[in-house]
Amino acid sequence: MPTKIEKDAVTGRETTGHEWDGVKELDTPLPKWWLYVFFACIAWAAGMFVLYPSIPYGKGYFHGVLGYSQRAAVDADVAKLIAQRKGSMDKIAALSFDAIKADPALMEVALTSGRITFAENCQPCHGPGGGGRPGFPALAAGAWIWGGTLADIQQTVTHGIRSADADARQSAMPRFGADGMLKPAEIEAVADYVWATFYGHPTAGQDVSAGAKIFADNCVACHGDKGQGNRDMGAPRLASHVHLYGDTRETIVSQVTLPRQGVMPNWGTRLDPATIKSVALYVHSLGGGE
Amino acid sequence: MSDGVLAARPVIYNDAVVKKFVIATMFWGIVAFLVGVYIAAELAWPSLNLGLSFTNFGRLRPVHTSAAIFAFGGSALLGTSMYVVQRTCRARLFGGDALADFVFWGYQFFIVMAALSYVMGFSQSKEYAEPEWHIDIWLTIVWVAYLLVFLGTIMKRTEPHIYVANWFYLAFIVTIAMLHIVNNAALPISLYSAKSYSAYSGVQDALVQWWYGHNAVGFFLTAGFLGMMYYFIPKAAGRPVYSYRLSIVHFWTLIFLYIWAGPHHLHWTALPDWTQTLGMAFSIMLWMPSWGGMINGIMTLSGAWDKLRTDPGLRFSVTAVGFYGMSTFEGPVMSVREVNALSHYTDWTIGHVHSGALGWVAFITFGAMYYLVPVLWGRKALYSTRLASWHYWISTLGIVLYIVSMWVAGIMEGLMWRAYDKFGFLQYSFVESVVAVHPFFVIRMLGGVFFLLGGLIMVYNLIRTVTSPTTELPRQGLAAPALAANLGVAGA
Repeated sequence: MPTKIEKDAVTGRETTGHEWDGVKELDTPLPKWWLYVFFACIAWAAGMFVLYPSIPYGKGYFHGVLGYSQRAAVDADVAKLIAQRKGSMDKIAALSFDAIKADPALMEVALTSGRITFAENCQPCHGPGGGGRPGFPALAAGAWIWGGTLADIQQTVTHGIRSADADARQSAMPRFGADGMLKPAEIEAVADYVWATFYGHPTAGQDVSAGAKIFADNCVACHGDKGQGNRDMGAPRLASHVHLYGDTRETIVSQVTLPRQGVMPNWGTRLDPATIKSVALYVHSLGGGE
Repeated sequence: MSDGVLAARPVIYNDAVVKKFVIATMFWGIVAFLVGVYIAAELAWPSLNLGLSFTNFGRLRPVHTSAAIFAFGGSALLGTSMYVVQRTCRARLFGGDALADFVFWGYQFFIVMAALSYVMGFSQSKEYAEPEWHIDIWLTIVWVAYLLVFLGTIMKRTEPHIYVANWFYLAFIVTIAMLHIVNNAALPISLYSAKSYSAYSGVQDALVQWWYGHNAVGFFLTAGFLGMMYYFIPKAAGRPVYSYRLSIVHFWTLIFLYIWAGPHHLHWTALPDWTQTLGMAFSIMLWMPSWGGMINGIMTLSGAWDKLRTDPGLRFSVTAVGFYGMSTFEGPVMSVREVNALSHYTDWTIGHVHSGALGWVAFITFGAMYYLVPVLWGRKALYSTRLASWHYWISTLGIVLYIVSMWVAGIMEGLMWRAYDKFGFLQYSFVESVVAVHPFFVIRMLGGVFFLLGGLIMVYNLIRTVTSPTTELPRQGLAAPALAANLGVAGA
């Protein structure tokens, strides 16, 4: 198609003379403001190249006249926060639990630190406010497996349960069903007994004496004749309204057959001693502390 | 190419394949919006994952993003590019109808394979490049066929010059081919396994991925749709393009600068400082080249603003250009390292993406669809401009709900994550920020519902446009507008 330059009546501009399927183009120059802002952006970018780490060469790169480094900036930020906390955290590390509790200002710091540490590290398993979840103990309920004094909690948090730590709390319920120590019918019987006697769901007219006999022969050594448990061995209290794996008869059967052995990390490798003491104070304050 | 006898002979275009792509665009659009609404609801109420592996968020999210970008956006781009290149080159598609049909069915097969693989749990774990190696190879074959069709049509054109829309479409096709091949370089664990390992590792892998990811935005969602804009806005407005020079300058600056900006996705990571600075600086320089397209789109309407009242399709296109301008300003701002320190990993990013995806990509596509359906199916007008107006307002409301809720949620998250109390401890735990954004997640889902509703109204309206007796052309008028649009009649 021949080039045919026309004058556009609306804008007074000339067209370029090309046409495609009826579409033409005006020969408008670049908007001045557009061009100047574009140049300003290029100048800004050039400034960034000079000020900040930018141009690479060989195995190195130009570090920029400001000497900025992201790693150094983060380290400086972290150091500032650590310095801000240092006075209080040093005191918490040095003082006994009783001494910390006697100092309300220090206690406020400890509970603040404990709350956020718990929320970021412990809450995913133990739930908000230590409410617990199936398989993860309810800390606020006072149904402690390994003890609920401040020292007990500090010990558990630092070394963990069945963790890689040499001082971890260890306990192993035998696999009565999986290892053939009890037959399925015997497990059903002992579950009937535990469900009726300790969990508090007796069925009228049901004879649980067979289960009682099996319990006496196999379970009493750790869980006690009244189902009171044994904290030294980490044997949970059965005569309770709080049960680690759920309040049903089926969980008794499955736990006797093939017990689950929960693991808690040894937080001593991740949190410093003062922070662990703060967490212990916070957990203790949730309502189950002893 | 000469203007003698050849130009006078009418060219009959291959519109059959364009029609197929238009139908696919509508279908995948509804799928993308629907899955988007569902996963937005899952984020607000996680139990909606139903405890099933194939309905959990991790598997449905790539279904949503691929349906939106590649199925809906891709079908729209492939279809409109084939429509535009024929008319602006005055040539029927190169390679015959079979090749064009292969591109259509091959591309649809790619989409279905990709979506099925996601719900079955296969993924390369590369955002927007999730399909595994065998699907990638298939797409490469289809894409090369598409390049052949498009480039061949330009080669055999009977117009002396190549129209600006075709530069943008071609940049999109060529660059996507390059990005796709480089980022998906991987070694399968065996010929008979869908699992593969990337050719890159560590931070290099991350950088290649975001070089790909950012330029998927730049060349798929920006350059391709600018091609769409450069044809359908002047066509619908009946006005010449505002500035030829601006189109040249912003085309080349956009193409040159975009390809470097990817590192801004990796601020505050293991990526070296110098690479982050380069990503940030190129993103800032990209601001005006991006806006060149907005200026050309909006200024083309001078002298035709009144058409916005009567042509809802054009209203979609122009609003799209507005959203395009907004997101291409927001993007460079977010690429500045200090701003990114607040915005990174927050829902602000999600809001930013959707102001582009819903406001720009979807709206410019809706504009093109409202234009194309009556023309392709030979109807005198849309079935109902009133319904199209309803679509416009409902969808716009949806977008506003979406992006405003995500701005608020994102900035709130960013501020909560960096807040320290008077003792120097973190003020909020992560889960507290999750609780805090919950109401905004609900509002976001409502925004999605509005957008979906608008999409359904459009599909109904377009189906009625094709089927209703009220939109039929009078018999003797057949030779007039629709036929002229379907034939490359010289001087038409």
